[in-house]
Amino acid sequence: MSAPEIPLNSHPLYNPEPEPVLEPGHTYASVTDKISSIVLTRPLGIGWLAGFTLAFSIVMMLFACLAWLITKGVGIWGINIPIGWGFAIVNFVWWIGIGHAGTLISAILYLLNQKWRTSINRFAEAMTLFAVACAGLFPLIHTGRPWMAYYMFPYPSTMGIWPQFRSPLIWDVFAVSTYGTVSLLFWYVGLLPDLATLRDRAKQKWQQYIFGMLSMGWRGSAHHWHRYQSAYLLLAGLATPLVLSVHTVVSFDFSVAIVPGWHTTIFPPYFVAGAIYSGFAMVLTLCIPLRKAYKLEGFITMRHLDTMAKVMLATGEIVAYGYFIEFFMAYYSGNKFDVFLAEQRLHGPYSHFYFALIFCNILTPQLLWFKSVRRNVPLLFVMSLIINTGMWLERFVIVVISLTRDFMPSAWGRYSATFWDYGTFVGTLGLFTMLIFLFVRGLPAIAISEMRELVHQESHGKEGHV
Amino acid sequence: MSETRSQLYGVMGEFESPEAILAAAKKAREAGYKHITAYTPFPVEDLAQTIGFRWTAVPLITLLGGLGGGLSGFALEYWCSAIAYPINVGGRPLNSWPAFIPVTFELTVLGAATFAVISMLALNKLPQPYHPVFNVDRFARASTDKFFLCIESRDAKFNLAECARFLQSVEAQHVTEVKDEE
Amino acid sequence: MLDVSSLTGDMSDHADDHELRILQGNTGQEGEHHHDEHGEEEPVDTTVREHALDLATVREKLRDKSGKQYWRTLEELAGNPHFDELLHREFPRHASEWDDAVDRRGFLKLMGASLALAGMAGCGMPDEKNIVPYVKQPDGMVLGRPRFYATAMPFVGDAIGVLVESHEGRPTKLEGNPDHPSSMGASSAIVQASILNLYDPDRSQTTRFAGEIQTWSSFLEAAQGLAAAAKSQNGAGFRILSGTIVSPTLGSQIKKLLTLFPEAKWHQWEPASGDGSREGAKLAFGRYVNTVLVPGKANVILSLDSDFLASAPGHIAYAKQFSRRRKLDSPSDTMSRLYVAEPTPTVTGSSADHRLPVRASDIELLARALAGKVGAGPAATLPAETEKWLSTVAQELQNERGASLVVAGEQQPAAVHALAHAINAALGNVGTTLYYTDPVETEPESNLESLRQLCADMGAGKVETLVILGGNPAYNAPHDFDFLEKLKKVHSSVHLSPYFDETSAYCNWHIPESHFLETWSDARAYDGTASIIQPLISPLYYTKSAHDVIAAFSDKPGVAPYDLVRGYWTDAMGHSEAAVEAGWKKWLNDGVIPNTKFPAITMTSKWSASSLPAFQAALAGQIEFIFRPDPAVYDGRFANNGWLQELPKPLTKITWDNAALVSPKYAEKMELEHKVMARGGEHGQVRSRVLDIELNSSKVTAASWTLPGQQEDTIVLPLGYGRTRAGYTGTDKGFNAYVVRTSNALWVATNGKVTSTDEGYSLACTQYHFNMEGRQLLSSASLAEYKKNPGFAHEGVEAPPKDDSLYQEFSYPGYAWGMAIDLNKCNGCSACVVACQSENNIPVVGKDQVMRGREMHWIRVDRYYAHAESKTNDPSTYNPSLDNPETFFQPVPCMQCENAPCEQVCPVGATVHSAEGLNDMVYNRCIGTRYCSNNCPYKVRRFNFLRFQDWETPQLKLMRNPEVTVRSRGVMEKCTYCVQRINNVRIDAEKQNRPIRDGEIVTACESACPSEAIVFGNANDPNSRVAKLKAQQRNYSILSELNARPRTTYLAAVRNTNTDLVKE
Repeated sequence: MSAPEIPLNSHPLYNPEPEPVLEPGHTYASVTDKISSIVLTRPLGIGWLAGFTLAFSIVMMLFACLAWLITKGVGIWGINIPIGWGFAIVNFVWWIGIGHAGTLISAILYLLNQKWRTSINRFAEAMTLFAVACAGLFPLIHTGRPWMAYYMFPYPSTMGIWPQFRSPLIWDVFAVSTYGTVSLLFWYVGLLPDLATLRDRAKQKWQQYIFGMLSMGWRGSAHHWHRYQSAYLLLAGLATPLVLSVHTVVSFDFSVAIVPGWHTTIFPPYFVAGAIYSGFAMVLTLCIPLRKAYKLEGFITMRHLDTMAKVMLATGEIVAYGYFIEFFMAYYSGNKFDVFLAEQRLHGPYSHFYFALIFCNILTPQLLWFKSVRRNVPLLFVMSLIINTGMWLERFVIVVISLTRDFMPSAWGRYSATFWDYGTFVGTLGLFTMLIFLFVRGLPAIAISEMRELVHQESHGKEGHV
Repeated sequence: MSETRSQLYGVMGEFESPEAILAAAKKAREAGYKHITAYTPFPVEDLAQTIGFRWTAVPLITLLGGLGGGLSGFALEYWCSAIAYPINVGGRPLNSWPAFIPVTFELTVLGAATFAVISMLALNKLPQPYHPVFNVDRFARASTDKFFLCIESRDAKFNLAECARFLQSVEAQHVTEVKDEE
Repeated sequence: MLDVSSLTGDMSDHADDHELRILQGNTGQEGEHHHDEHGEEEPVDTTVREHALDLATVREKLRDKSGKQYWRTLEELAGNPHFDELLHREFPRHASEWDDAVDRRGFLKLMGASLALAGMAGCGMPDEKNIVPYVKQPDGMVLGRPRFYATAMPFVGDAIGVLVESHEGRPTKLEGNPDHPSSMGASSAIVQASILNLYDPDRSQTTRFAGEIQTWSSFLEAAQGLAAAAKSQNGAGFRILSGTIVSPTLGSQIKKLLTLFPEAKWHQWEPASGDGSREGAKLAFGRYVNTVLVPGKANVILSLDSDFLASAPGHIAYAKQFSRRRKLDSPSDTMSRLYVAEPTPTVTGSSADHRLPVRASDIELLARALAGKVGAGPAATLPAETEKWLSTVAQELQNERGASLVVAGEQQPAAVHALAHAINAALGNVGTTLYYTDPVETEPESNLESLRQLCADMGAGKVETLVILGGNPAYNAPHDFDFLEKLKKVHSSVHLSPYFDETSAYCNWHIPESHFLETWSDARAYDGTASIIQPLISPLYYTKSAHDVIAAFSDKPGVAPYDLVRGYWTDAMGHSEAAVEAGWKKWLNDGVIPNTKFPAITMTSKWSASSLPAFQAALAGQIEFIFRPDPAVYDGRFANNGWLQELPKPLTKITWDNAALVSPKYAEKMELEHKVMARGGEHGQVRSRVLDIELNSSKVTAASWTLPGQQEDTIVLPLGYGRTRAGYTGTDKGFNAYVVRTSNALWVATNGKVTSTDEGYSLACTQYHFNMEGRQLLSSASLAEYKKNPGFAHEGVEAPPKDDSLYQEFSYPGYAWGMAIDLNKCNGCSACVVACQSENNIPVVGKDQVMRGREMHWIRVDRYYAHAESKTNDPSTYNPSLDNPETFFQPVPCMQCENAPCEQVCPVGATVHSAEGLNDMVYNRCIGTRYCSNNCPYKVRRFNFLRFQDWETPQLKLMRNPEVTVRSRGVMEKCTYCVQRINNVRIDAEKQNRPIRDGEIVTACESACPSEAIVFGNANDPNSRVAKLKAQQRNYSILSELNARPRTTYLAAVRNTNTDLVKE
């Protein structure tokens, strides 16, 4: 089909006799039935209800935190002068980073013709959307006057004032909103045939109505499929540079500023790598329990976990390189402020954060060199959690430590988060989890039509396309 | 043949596999049928070409969307910063074009992506809640595991009996006529 | 009551509306109107209603009376018993709230009632008949245009001439009066902050008897009764206690009263100004003499523990003269040289070229030795290292005979002052660098002895009536005098005081004291020059001045202060009303009365240094506790002043607290480490060890603070804190050092015991980090080095050349506003900080927020110790470089960078550049991303993290500068170069169709600065002062390598070091 023709053996992830990305013996009907039943027929388990309730109550706490924030002002957080940015921005960058894996898997791997993406791309995309939603919350609420945040959009104001397009924050507004929109479109387009499937298999009237409307009368005619595939391919092609640009722009927030520790050219690449790194970690964190809970080991096979682990290892090394270059450039340039900052990271009041970061992001992933580790599901799960923590710490180190001690010693300060900082952060974790819970039961967590295609190819030799 | 006044939309046959429907489609073309449609649970290679569908406008529209987005993006930035509200910001020139690139790029992607999706839906005439093929009960399988070939009544060579016979000749099962109710 | 409280609410909405209200007065209809508004408060109201006479009736009585008449009307009303009832019922019910911080506002509302009832001409236009505007002629009021009036602020033996900026009758800002000798156009932090005392909502607002509201007239009756009683026994048992009085009128009033009561006595007590100078002069010359310094004429100055640049009468003028001798335009210029020997670092000590840490008690030995060397007394032997220092100084003083000056500190004993007189005489300085005049204060006497006498009499039950004019002896008398206990023996006591304070609580009568901007009076400056103090506003509350109180006891009670002052000067001018009438307007206009400066008198010494008893040196290693007035709240009288509380103290940078200051060595010995807390860190919260100090058979618990440069065995106990009835702001802050202060050890105490507890105390310190980490922020050199290499400030930093930029430059063809700050002149007094706060409506955020690193000052004064190597930057981990470091101060306002990093990153363009190079802040546009602050290398931006500004308190609304936006929560703010002042001048200039003249625009910090360190102007005009300064080689910009191109630049500090004393 219309994806560029790449001989598999020329591909880095080439594997002479690849083990199946789909358990043998599946038919079109069986895959369709197994996946759609989770949405249509399966009763709500006690586990799901418990998990959802917990997540929901955390979301309620998030609302409480936001209410208090709007009432009192950002002064309820630990920020001060000189540390004008604290948890809010750390969380923003962290969430946005996590939001990268989804689009990456569905777009880049699609272009690279990776079959194994099929069974994970759907909920990776969902995860992206939810992560972006959590991320988008922070730039809004961290402002002193959130109700004025619309000033950041170019609308014809009575004052004749326009946004200041030299500011990276404006770039953020456009980058994040574009990314959110495109991810949503990409996700929806992918869902379209599956919604049709659900429509046709739904037993209850209300399900038929809902899925009927959502599927827009998709019939799967050859013409549909033709345009569909060209649109999907184009989206993939567009999303690829987009996903790289988003975290680049986010890194501009820092690299454009003059603060020592922010003002570095290495940021764009290593932010992107970091984003993919944390993104895959989060995918693992989600799909390991998921495949267990819904018996999807047949679709999300060891091969998937193994490959994702490899991707984490690779991006992890890039991130490590980034850390190294930061130090190298500090001493190589001899810039007294950068050198000072480098030493602050090692010996300053926040050094323990830095060493924790090194442990989580550089030392831990080295274990992934070993096949045995990559195949040890519980261990992989734990590592994915450690890496997520590490990536959060990385953003903390960049945002906060750099601000505590910049140019004028007379203005040096320190930062300590308040209850409200933690509350808001945990709150978004709850929001994310709640949305994931709703998603796995409300929509097919795996792309059914693509699985059918996979069945077709698996049954007709490996030469076919994805 | 129900009593309600209804008009024939076409004749539909059901197949088991992509290969089968592909072969049938080829034969139908050779038989000289122009208005054929195939319905499949997943995209089947070359099927669209076989039934005589080659070019789609989606890529072109997407390109236009992208160009439009990008150009309007930069235009907006330039107009805001240099014409509508020209003011000295940190000693930077009014037209700080390097700083305008990120937004330009993002808007390019935004324009292209939205146009790609919208054009795809529009050209597919979606949303379209009603379509005659839905009147065929077995058609529900079209989104699961069955492949359908439908010869439409508007085809010049269309003749109910012949078409039905033709479909059976290419091992279609459950050959049914598709009714379009008023 | 509730109508009226709501009415006060409106009163403060804004000036004009308020103006109206004063004119119409509080009419019945209005009352009704407010009634409806506050219908829901009905129940409260009924309690008032059911009574024989309620406020409605009061208003009935007051209907169509103008504001002014209310006073009298109220008096009539006061006759009505129901009315008294009403008042009594209203206030005692809530009187408890007075001390209750939480409910302060509630009480305020009630007090608002008294304010409105009294018809409150308060904040009405001052009486045109008596007041003449300064500079501008009184050609009617132009709304929106401030007018300036000259008056003077009396302050401990001095009066500082000020110009008061008045907006529609509301004084909003004080400036120095150029025509006044003790101001010379400059002011101090305390002068700047005194305006806040006027509007302090915690001020006492009505007369009270035994805590219950009373009318002034009932006091008048009582006073007359007491007077009669006193008269019957020739005034025996009648006592007056006042502070140092420099008001000729008040002085003569009291003296007249004493002639009526021959056996009555007048006592004086100033807790924080020493008797040393008085008694020293008496010792030397046999009579009280006032010493006036002329540091401007001195080439070499030796200060013996004198902080003459920052405290003591005349210090503003001294600082100004001194700084003019530190001016360096070119390497060929000369500078004066300052030697300071002091136990603890002071502002003066920090600007010294050579500073010697010495025990307070050893200063006398130093003085004796010096006297010996210059032939003014017998020789004395010194420890070797001191000897070297002193002999060099002595040598130099002699080289500069007639142009040298030796100054003795206020807290030093009489002997040191006598020696200083002798030395100056021997050096032939008398008549050039200092001269003597008659005393400025009406009745010089040893305060300590005076108070001792009074307490003795009180104790012996000899005191029937005690009239306390200001002051707070119950809080600040030496504790061995046991003032409170003895006060209880006094039959009837009267306390005039701006607050209902520790003393008021124990006196029968409390009279609220008018602020100096509310009353007529007069005062003499440190050189004798007299000024008329004219009110800028009718009293905000039912307050009275000392004149009224004394008059109340006299044979002519109820005479208005205006008439008293006028009367005194009529007598002074040879009893000619005409002469006064002729001069009056001019006196008021200029703020000084011509030819009242005291003439110099020649004194002949009646004393020889040899008559001094043998000197007892303190035992080595014995800890010496010294008491000092606090740089901010002085002796405690400013404890309730938020601006001063939040002002970082020049050396320690501590706010909202005092601390027992110890030396690094001592801290090391006692392991008094400082812990920087994560909350605000170096820029906010530092936790230090708490000390239990047993001294003079009394005990106090104090937070410790390590102060580099402090003499090893000295512990400083700053006075003025630990108030218990200061008000909402000042109560329970810091520790009360008066508790361990006794009459026998008023300034220096030994015999103490310090135990370090294991608990800590969090101090709000705005700049803990004291070294520059090798960055060129504040560059300094010795005069010799400067002459060798005038461009030293530029070494080691390379600012990229202008044409390196790919971007094309913006040009500033018109005005290019810029500022130059001469670090050679700045002595760190911090007047600029408070001046800025007052001019720009900068809020006070409180200790907790300061500890979070969120204080709002637009200009800060950084303090650095040059060459202080410290790994930990913790002064309590000892290293020798902290024993006596070179201290420098650097005021840091917004740099107004041409390539402003803050502007580029603002997403909404809330901070952009003006055509004249100002870095404008658009509050309405700001959404508070704080990105600008992160990207500001100088960290001069301030953010409203919460709603810091008080928007409710009516009084504070009156105080605000209407030309500056009052910022709310969530927006960034920063120094604007006082853009409102720039625009005022621009408008004038454009009206007259001429360019703005150099020096026409004066920023608040510039005008306040006593040492003329800050200069603002048009950098494009080569002849402007600022352009000339920027052309100097000493001129440099901090962090120039960042290429931000600051408009605020600095002139490197130069110390006139003596090569003989430079340590190898």
